[in-house]
Amino acid sequence: MLLSNVEEGKNMPPSTDLLQGTLDVLILKTLALEPMHGWGIALRIQQVSQDALQIGQGSLYPALHRLEYKGWIASDWGASENNRRAKFYSLTAAGKKQLKTELRQWDRLSVGIGLVLAQGDGEKA
Amino acid sequence: MIAALVTWLRYFFRRKPAYELDEEMREHLERLTEMYVSQGFDAGEARRRAMVEFGGVEKTREQCAEVRPGQGLENLKHDLQYTLRTLKRDRGFTFVAVLILALGIGANVVVFSVVNTILLRPLPFHHADELTWVTGNFGKGGLSDTTFRVDTWDAYRRNSQSLQNLSGYVPYSALGETKLMQAGGDPKPITGVWVLQDFFSMLGVEPSLGRQFAENDAVKGAAPVVMLSYSFWKNQFHSDSQIIGKTITLDKDTRTVVGVLPASFDFGAVFVPGTKMDYFIPLITENVKDWGHMLSLVGRMRPGVSITQAEAEANTLLPHLRDILKLGGRSDYDVTIVGLKEHVSGKLRRSLQVLWGAVAMILLIVCVNLSNLLLARGASRRKEFALRIALGAGRGRLVRQLLTESLVLSGAGAVLGLGLAYAVTTYLAHQGAVDLPLMSMVRVDGAVLLWTVLLAVGVGLVFGLVPGVKMSASNLQDTLKDQGQGMSGGRAHDRLRTTLVVSEVALACVLIVGAGLLLRSFLQVLRVDLGFEPERVSSIRMDYRMGGDNGRPRAVLFQEAVQQMAAIPGVDSVALTDNLPFEHGRSWDLRAKNKAHKDDENLDTMISIVTPGYMRTMGMRLQSGRDFTWEDTAQGPHVIVINQAAARREWPGQNPIGKLAQGIGDGDTTVVGVVEDVHETSAEEAASPAVFVPVAQAEPAKAEVVMRSKLPPEVLAPSALQRLRTMNPQQATVALKPVQGLVDRATAPRKFFAILVGLFAGLGLILASLGIYGVISYAVTRQTQEIGIRMALGATRERVQKDVIVRTLRMAMCGVAVGTVASLVVARGIRSLLFGTSSGDPVPFVAMIVLLLGVALLAGYLPARRASRIDPMVALRSN
Repeated sequence: MLLSNVEEGKNMPPSTDLLQGTLDVLILKTLALEPMHGWGIALRIQQVSQDALQIGQGSLYPALHRLEYKGWIASDWGASENNRRAKFYSLTAAGKKQLKTELRQWDRLSVGIGLVLAQGDGEKA
Repeated sequence: MIAALVTWLRYFFRRKPAYELDEEMREHLERLTEMYVSQGFDAGEARRRAMVEFGGVEKTREQCAEVRPGQGLENLKHDLQYTLRTLKRDRGFTFVAVLILALGIGANVVVFSVVNTILLRPLPFHHADELTWVTGNFGKGGLSDTTFRVDTWDAYRRNSQSLQNLSGYVPYSALGETKLMQAGGDPKPITGVWVLQDFFSMLGVEPSLGRQFAENDAVKGAAPVVMLSYSFWKNQFHSDSQIIGKTITLDKDTRTVVGVLPASFDFGAVFVPGTKMDYFIPLITENVKDWGHMLSLVGRMRPGVSITQAEAEANTLLPHLRDILKLGGRSDYDVTIVGLKEHVSGKLRRSLQVLWGAVAMILLIVCVNLSNLLLARGASRRKEFALRIALGAGRGRLVRQLLTESLVLSGAGAVLGLGLAYAVTTYLAHQGAVDLPLMSMVRVDGAVLLWTVLLAVGVGLVFGLVPGVKMSASNLQDTLKDQGQGMSGGRAHDRLRTTLVVSEVALACVLIVGAGLLLRSFLQVLRVDLGFEPERVSSIRMDYRMGGDNGRPRAVLFQEAVQQMAAIPGVDSVALTDNLPFEHGRSWDLRAKNKAHKDDENLDTMISIVTPGYMRTMGMRLQSGRDFTWEDTAQGPHVIVINQAAARREWPGQNPIGKLAQGIGDGDTTVVGVVEDVHETSAEEAASPAVFVPVAQAEPAKAEVVMRSKLPPEVLAPSALQRLRTMNPQQATVALKPVQGLVDRATAPRKFFAILVGLFAGLGLILASLGIYGVISYAVTRQTQEIGIRMALGATRERVQKDVIVRTLRMAMCGVAVGTVASLVVARGIRSLLFGTSSGDPVPFVAMIVLLLGVALLAGYLPARRASRIDPMVALRSN
């Protein structure tokens, strides 16, 4: 299932479709650094990816709910940087294990994709 | 793993408060706004951009709810609540839909429970697939041809390698054969059967009380014992748990009760359809060694042996045994072995398959009709759905909602149908009119319940899916724009509905033609000239052996009985016989004297031992010669009367009167009369040879008094019984039975099937006409405005009316055309069930076409009349 990461608009960067599982691993990885609220997660992913990945709220919140229901992340109400009430998500022990598994899978997948995409170049060379 | 489950369960039961998400999203939106402000936009523009980027909130809310564990159940609950609300609002629709479904599913459940009992389920015996039915003479002819001698049975049993056991019973038993003597009460006629000692243990039927027959119960001089059937024990002895060891008196014998058979065992239902057996006596084979053919045999094959092997063995073994036992002539070979199940229900397979096919068609018609109803209803709900889509409901969700509705409807229909089926099966199991085998075991059981559930789900999916997909796929914008109101738009929609109705009409055609053919066959059977006139003839069983004869000759006694009964006011004619037509009596070998007979020639001749006047009383027609008189005494020359079939067989091309015959009694007998052919066994088969012998000259098996009278049996019965009592105080209380009843009984299964298929055809016709009416009526409603315009432009009422009717007829004719072709195919398929009717018989086809077009005309006329009464002004002003 493909989720559009960006709502359509005139001044928006071109949209990129993210696989649902990919979004999950991005969130888990981001939360591995420190607990964060929803807006922070989206912002962090956007910044780190140098604006290549923009996570719209329409994908973000259902994903957060899903991860929480699976017991990989937990949520807590706390005060944000500017002292506003915000919901902070953090990685649970199960989540850490899941992240490791997902990263391994991602490595395998990206190596595989890389091999497939490189084959034409190999022939040329 | 466990942690995940705990989390899942936690959220399954506890819902996260909705405000949390709202608060989170509000925070998100504010941050976004701040971001745009920091990029230099003014507050208003920043908020606008943030809102645009943020997008719809409701969809996110729904998606967040969607991923919650147990959300499926939650949705189902909502769908159900919503469904119940809508259905409650639409009472008329719900009522019609559930009623149609209940009829369709109910009919299917009834037929399935009959098919399951008779065809699908194994017989209620231990390893029933090993049981075989063993008959002599290729299974053809009367009982005396297909049964076996006791010594043959014994030798066969001992020498067979393929059978692990061979047992059987004596099939010559008739209703009320025995009298149960009751202290301080009238003797009661009951029915019993002689069985070989190990018959029940071979079948694997264990007594519910007491013990099986033992080997020493069946030796010469053994203490007389008896086993009781469950129902007899229950009704006659009030389920007396102390019955074992008590004695009962049957005729003159006092017997000790040693066992009661279980409720699940109904001997009659399997071996003698339509009869209830009350008691069972072990056959003492030593006493009946020389009685000739008397055993019906059931074998149990060794595991791994096939029926072909068993039969091959029998056909080499039995001729060999015949030589060893020194049995002359054609005796006890030409064995045919079939599975016991095949013997019991094989003949019914085709009829039941046809019945099953017919109800399946009914169910299809029901589905089509419901689809149509839902489509029509859906059309009026289009806005509701468009609104829900606009509010963010997914298409899957809408289809699910519609499927929930159809499943709720089919579920309700199934529950009601099951109730209906329960009532009908209970009736079928307890009625006595239709002698189908195993019928008394028909009931709603686990398999039937499972079938009902399958039907309900299947039907719900089939009739719900088409409208569901159709509706959720309709164009959102067009619908909201209110297009098509009052116009003939939506051709695709109409085409689907028309196709449905056409197929419905075609199915109804097939049902009507099938029912017509079966009904015509039944009427043909009724029209068969039986050779006697059963109307207004009644019979009553007379006891004469015990206490009644006083040492007088039988003929004198019978003559007195005839005189006594003839004196009853209103009785026109009286006679006695030992064999009523359609009772499957005895047959003897009748041979013309000095005629060369081949060794394997079938000499079977149904024999009736009768008093003078029997032929007149029964309405038989004497073709030549004379009837018996009381002067045909034991001392006088022995005479017989034969029917034409016997004359054709033994004296072809000659006048048999005065000719000598052998095989009836010891010496020669002279043919003194020929009667026109009498159907003694079945109306459907050609009349078989029959011979009549005067009572003085042969030993009757029993005595049935036949009386021709205008009085109804109930009026005649008391005086008839009273006269018999005067002659013989020991006379049992017996019923006076109309002879027509015997004939009706023989045709009852055919009537049963014809009526059932007829009922289904009627149901199909009604449903099809409802379908036609629904489509046309709906089309007229939708085109109100269009018709209004046409009328305003000068179209006459007649023109409008004609258009609607032509459209209806076109649709019906399409259906009839398809249906006629399908009917031709189906008619060929049921050819083997027809009697005196060809599968291409034009009458049912013509009747079907006239009937369906007539019904279509009616179904179209009502909406057409409504269309022609549309007031152009009103139609144009509305909407």
